[in-house]
Amino acid sequence: MVVWSEQERSIINSIFSSLDYNDAGPKALSRCLIVYPWTQRYFASFGNLYNAEAIKSNPNVQAHGIKVLHGLDRAVKNMDNIKATYAELSVLHSEKLHVDPDNFKLLADCLTIVIAAKMGSAFTPEVQAAFQKFLAVVVSALGKQYH
Amino acid sequence: MSLTDKDKAAVTTLWNKISKGADAIGADALARMLVVFPQTKTYFSHWPDLKPGSAPVKKHGKKIMEGVAQGVSKIDDLSNGLLDLSELHAFQLRVDPANFKILAQCLQVVIATMFPNDFTPEAHVAFDKFLSNLALALSEKYR
Repeated sequence: MVVWSEQERSIINSIFSSLDYNDAGPKALSRCLIVYPWTQRYFASFGNLYNAEAIKSNPNVQAHGIKVLHGLDRAVKNMDNIKATYAELSVLHSEKLHVDPDNFKLLADCLTIVIAAKMGSAFTPEVQAAFQKFLAVVVSALGKQYH
Repeated sequence: MSLTDKDKAAVTTLWNKISKGADAIGADALARMLVVFPQTKTYFSHWPDLKPGSAPVKKHGKKIMEGVAQGVSKIDDLSNGLLDLSELHAFQLRVDPANFKILAQCLQVVIATMFPNDFTPEAHVAFDKFLSNLALALSEKYR
């Protein structure tokens, strides 16, 4: 079972309550598709992903980035039971979407960069540690139902 | 995933923007690594102080960035250009190569916090490739 300190809970809640989902979501997903281009394999139906500019301005990418980021809300609201909270989503990603779970970490790393860029010096080592711990738990939960 | 000319240009451009702050970047990245990935502290059990801002962390962060700078200057042939550093890491330091990735991530987080407008996705992909190739060159002599 994952144990969260009061400070970690506070950090996670603070990051998400001040998050601009409509900005961070598209930025995180487009960064992932640009920095790790093999992740584009899951978005063949999204249209033009030919270069960085096309990816950044692609409305499907933007909409999906917002959706994915809101997917984290469930974990924020259920920090003590992320594994169970994401059981269904894990099955979805495995059985229906067929996403290699290694990709979850890639998106998590891109989201970390986006948050770091937004927060600047406020993204201290302690804040980074809490945020990455949170994302690691989410990533693990999303991979849990794969068989 | 070798570096294209476009990658090398992007890395050089980014480096020119950030290199004046190299010491601070190195110190911050190393400090973060020790906090966010505590298992990396095992390599520094001989230091009296591992806290962010401590003298050994600052000094070593600077040293690491000198290595990165060497990589930038030898970007056209990293394996040969970093042979001495590779031998150091292979035979003396024996850092598990998985840790290069960890430090690379911390470096990029620091650059993102300090240079958010310069660390665009395009700069990020080139720099990430560069750091991966740098890590490969460093592990060249391991076995």
